Amino acid sequence: MEDRKPDAEGAVEKDVSRRGFLAASGAVAIAIGCGGPILAALASARSSTKEDGPRWAMVVDTRKCEEKGDCMACSLACHQTHNVPEIDSKKEEIKWIWKEPYKHAFLGQEAEHMRHGLKELPITVMCNHCENPPCVRVCPTQATFQREDGIVLMDMHRCIGCRYCIVACPYGSRSFNWKDPWPRGDDNEPVDSPPNPDFPTRMRGVVEKCNFCAERLGTDQGPACVEACECEALIFGDLNDPESEVRLLLEEELSQRRRPELGTNPHVFYLV
Amino acid sequence: MHDQGKVIAGIVIFLIVVLFPIWYTGAFGDFTPPNLDPVTDAKECVKDKATMTAWHMDLLNEWRNDVVRNNDRGPVLIAGKEWEKSLTRTCLGCHGSYRKFCHKCHTYADVKPDCWQCHVVPEER
Ligand code: HEC
Ligand code: HEC
Ligand code: HEC
Repeated sequence: MEDRKPDAEGAVEKDVSRRGFLAASGAVAIAIGCGGPILAALASARSSTKEDGPRWAMVVDTRKCEEKGDCMACSLACHQTHNVPEIDSKKEEIKWIWKEPYKHAFLGQEAEHMRHGLKELPITVMCNHCENPPCVRVCPTQATFQREDGIVLMDMHRCIGCRYCIVACPYGSRSFNWKDPWPRGDDNEPVDSPPNPDFPTRMRGVVEKCNFCAERLGTDQGPACVEACECEALIFGDLNDPESEVRLLLEEELSQRRRPELGTNPHVFYLV
Repeated sequence: MHDQGKVIAGIVIFLIVVLFPIWYTGAFGDFTPPNLDPVTDAKECVKDKATMTAWHMDLLNEWRNDVVRNNDRGPVLIAGKEWEKSLTRTCLGCHGSYRKFCHKCHTYADVKPDCWQCHVVPEER
C-alpha cells in the first residue's frame, strides 16, 4: 500500500479502468461461453445433404398396405437381410421396420372423428432418415452420421453404446443390443448361424436401426423391404430426380409425415 | 562411500530382474514366426508382402471407413482383377482359411481382433 500512494485523480482513473476491465472481461467470457454453442447450433442446423446427386426417400402408401391387414413381409425380409434377431421381449427386441397403430405412429395427428378403423390401422414405420437428424447431433463419437445422399447411417465400429441417440430420436426407430444377438462359440463361429452371413451381425452394447439398405444401394439393388412388398405399398427413390416415382407421387398426392412439428424433416412420406 | 559393493550388487540384481523379458527371450525365446501358407492360388496380395504383414490392419481400417463412411465400396485392382473393399468377401474370399492363416499368426502374436463378434467368418476352404 505504502509505495502506491496515488493522488486523488490517479485513484479515480485507476478505479474506472479496473471497472472497465472487469466489464470487458465479463463480456469476453459471455461471448466465449455463448458464442461457441450458438455458432455450433447455427452450423449444425444446416444439414449435410447435397443438391446434386441423389437424396433417397421412401413413400409408404398405407391404402395399398391396408389390403393385406397384418402382412409383415417387408419386416421379415429386412430382418433376414440384416440378421436382426427375433427376441421375445418388449424391452430387448430389435426392430428396423415394423408396424405401429396409426394413433401411435401419428401421435397428435389423429382427430376425434376419423375414417372408421384408421386410428387402429397398422402403419409401417422405420427410421425416417431425417434431413435434420437429432440422433446425429447428440452422438458423441459421430458413430451415427448423415451421408450426402441423406441416409442416416450407423458406423458400428464407432458406437460406444451410450444410447443418447435412442433418447434423441422422437420416433423410437433405434434399438439397443442388451445382449449378444448372435453369440459366438469357440473359433468365433456363431452358435446359431445368422440368415445372411454376407452382412455383419451386431454385438452386445451397440445401437442399430434401418440403414435404407445402404449396402444394397452400393451394388445397385433396391431396399429389401420394397422388393418383398407384394402390394407395392413401399416406393423408394431419389427426390432430386424430377422423373422418379417418389417425386411424382409426392407432387400428385397429399402426403403426411410423422411429427412434422418437431422440424426433423423426415424423408419417409405416408399416403393415407 | 562405505557400501559401494552392496550398491553395485543391488543395481546389477535390479537390472537382471527388470530386463528379464529381454534377456530371457534373447537366450531361450523362439523367434521364428509360424510358417504361413496364405491358402490361395493367387500370386499377389493387395499390397506387397512386407507391407501386408506389417500394415494389414491399417488397410482394413481404411477400407472400413471408405465403405461405411465415404460410400466407396471399391473396386480395388489386385493382379488385374477387381475386388470390392470387404473383409470377409475379399481378404477371406482369396485367403481360403481364417483358421490356418490369419488366426495362426494372430495366436502367435497374441492379437485378438474383435471383428468376428459381428463379421461372419466364411466357410473354410
Ligand atoms: C487376390 C488374393 C488376395 C487377396 C484379396 C488378399 N490377399 Fe493377402 N496374400 C495373398 C497372397 C498370394 C499372399 C502371399 C504373398 C507372397 O508370399 O508374396 C498374401 C499375403 C498376405 C499377408 C502376409 C502373410 C505373411 O506370411 O506375412 C497378409 C498379412 C495378408 N495377405 C493379409 C490380407 C488381408 C488382411 C487382406 C484383405 C485386406 C488380403 N490379404 C487380401 C493373396 C491375397
Ligand atoms: C504375419 C502374421 C499375420 C497374419 C498372417 C495376419 N495378421 Fe492380422 N495382425 C498381425 C499382428 C502382429 C497384429 C497386431 C498389430 C498391432 O497391434 O499393431 C494384427 C492385427 C490385426 C487386426 C487389428 C486388430 C485390432 O485389434 O485392432 C486385424 C483386423 C487383423 N490383424 C486382421 C487380419 C486378417 C483378416 C488376416 C487374414 C487375412 C490377418 N490379420 C493375417 C499379424 C498377422
Ligand atoms: C459391432 C459390429 C462390428 C464389429 C465389431 C466390426 N464390424 Fe466391420 N462392419 C460392421 C457393419 C454393420 C458393417 C457394414 C456392412 C455393409 O454396409 O456392407 C461393417 C463393414 C466393414 C467393412 C466394409 C464392408 C465389408 O464387407 O467388409 C470392413 C472392411 C470392416 N467392417 C472391417 C472390420 C474390422 C477390421 C473389424 C475388427 C477390427 C470390424 N469390422 C469389426 C459391423 C462390425
